[in-house]
Amino acid sequence: MSLFVDIKKSLGDFELNIKFETCDEVFALLGASGCGKSMTLKCIAGIEKPDSGVIRLNETILFDSEKNINLPPQKRHIGYLFQNYALFPNMTVRENIEFVIQTTGAAKMDMLATQVQRFQLAGLEDLYPAQLSGGQQQRTAFARILASQPEVLMLDEPFSALDSYLKWQVEQELRVLLKTYQRPVLFVSHDRDEVFRLSQRIAVLAQGNIDVIHSKHELFDSPETLAATLITGCKNISMAKKIDSHTLYAQEWGLELQVDDMVPTDLCYVGFRAHFFEIVQSSKNSFAVEIVDVVEDTFSMLVMIRPQGSGVKPLRWELGKELWQRVSPVNLFLTIPEDKIILMKK
Amino acid sequence: MTDWSPLIISLKTAFLSTFITFFFGVYAAFLVVKVKRFQGLMDTIFTLPMVLPPTVVGFFLLLMFGKQSFIGQILLSVGVNFVFSWEATVVSAVVVSFPLMYRTTRGAFEQLNPDLIYAARTLGISEFKIFWRVILPNTWYGIMAGLILSFTRALGEFGATIMTAGNIPGLTQTMSTAIYSAVQAGDNATAFFWVSIVCAISFAVIIMMNYWMNHQQQFAEFISKRKRGAQNVAVR
Repeated sequence: MSLFVDIKKSLGDFELNIKFETCDEVFALLGASGCGKSMTLKCIAGIEKPDSGVIRLNETILFDSEKNINLPPQKRHIGYLFQNYALFPNMTVRENIEFVIQTTGAAKMDMLATQVQRFQLAGLEDLYPAQLSGGQQQRTAFARILASQPEVLMLDEPFSALDSYLKWQVEQELRVLLKTYQRPVLFVSHDRDEVFRLSQRIAVLAQGNIDVIHSKHELFDSPETLAATLITGCKNISMAKKIDSHTLYAQEWGLELQVDDMVPTDLCYVGFRAHFFEIVQSSKNSFAVEIVDVVEDTFSMLVMIRPQGSGVKPLRWELGKELWQRVSPVNLFLTIPEDKIILMKK
Repeated sequence: MTDWSPLIISLKTAFLSTFITFFFGVYAAFLVVKVKRFQGLMDTIFTLPMVLPPTVVGFFLLLMFGKQSFIGQILLSVGVNFVFSWEATVVSAVVVSFPLMYRTTRGAFEQLNPDLIYAARTLGISEFKIFWRVILPNTWYGIMAGLILSFTRALGEFGATIMTAGNIPGLTQTMSTAIYSAVQAGDNATAFFWVSIVCAISFAVIIMMNYWMNHQQQFAEFISKRKRGAQNVAVR
């Protein structure tokens, strides 16, 4: 199974310009809200029409603006999990599932029984969606989608409608499902952690454009672009200039930094994750620290710091509470390790 | 002995016209919500009978269905004379009550979460089934309200009816036109009689509607419980 997408669509403020190909894997679209993620899914499902381009599922052309092909959603066989699950409120769990099964008689009963068992819905069949918990609603929605036998699964922010304590449990269930589901899965989210845990490859979307497509480890280790670095949760970013092949100047921090990687000539930004600071004084990338503010977070300390006497924009330093107890704020030096610096060309 | 024919004609007219208005109104609402172009124009045309004086509507109906008109000629050739017939009371009632049905239903359609329709489409459900099994059941309360409004409007219709169907006792005389005739003839007792019946029916309908609106939530729960009860019994 493979899904190929290459579409353009004007969205008022910006143009959606998406190109990717995915096979039997979990492929994530990661981006801030309003960047065109949901619109991309709607175009693939056939709910919205792209201005131009091609969408192909295996050998079947779902959409081709040049050949004037635009299959209706009913013929695309794409399972779409909506943010709020879109269960039909006038139907019970059983009716919601039965409604989409195309066969009749014994085959229909079999399919219903299979999905009810697979998603642990036994005992809930006669309840209406309004009587179910968030997790149960999602399981019903999944059962309904799989009963319609789709070739591709698309998940639009599947956890956004759930309370945080439920999220983890539902995510576990979803991970089990995805492991056994040998079809392309498109997963849309703005949460980097969800995306990292659930998917294999990640496309970062910014202003309707796919910035980079990477395996998840590549993306989080070396994000390459500003949008990707921001969405992967890097808190410290500064504009930067190249000095020589392994040295750069971070303008907003007033620091000259040595890096392991080759510094590209068209370097624009430099990033550094808040928990990678080392509490040592060394010959390179070290500076005396001035503490601007200390914020206690749930399980860690967030310390806003800057090079002493520089007056620049503060950097964020995250560390465990116990470690913070042992840090003496007087005469404190921090080091930015050379191999942990993220270089960005745009 | 009292002649009950105005009541019977009024009720017959109101029930039949509401039945017809239901289909036209729901279809018009569906069309306007669905189309992207000419939405404003279509909405204006569909709403017009509500704001025009009923006599103007009656005048247009005479133009359309009268003996000189194209449609009137066709009807005559199959032996139907539209003007001053009972059918004319029905057509008049349909035209004046249609905008109420259309606007109320449209409001209900627009409040429906579009994701329900999108989801149904991606799940392979045909547009026909989506309409009857997803859109209608989930907008039923709004449509009911439209039906009640249309029914009361049809029941009270006067202006267009008297112009197209006239005021023939036992054939086209409704309660509204009967009151008019009674007052013209100075027969206050008859006028009072029909006025009180119209008031009683209107009261009953409004009370029913308010009850329906206030209790729709409880009503929905009641229905769902009853359905579940029935299924549980079947399982046992």
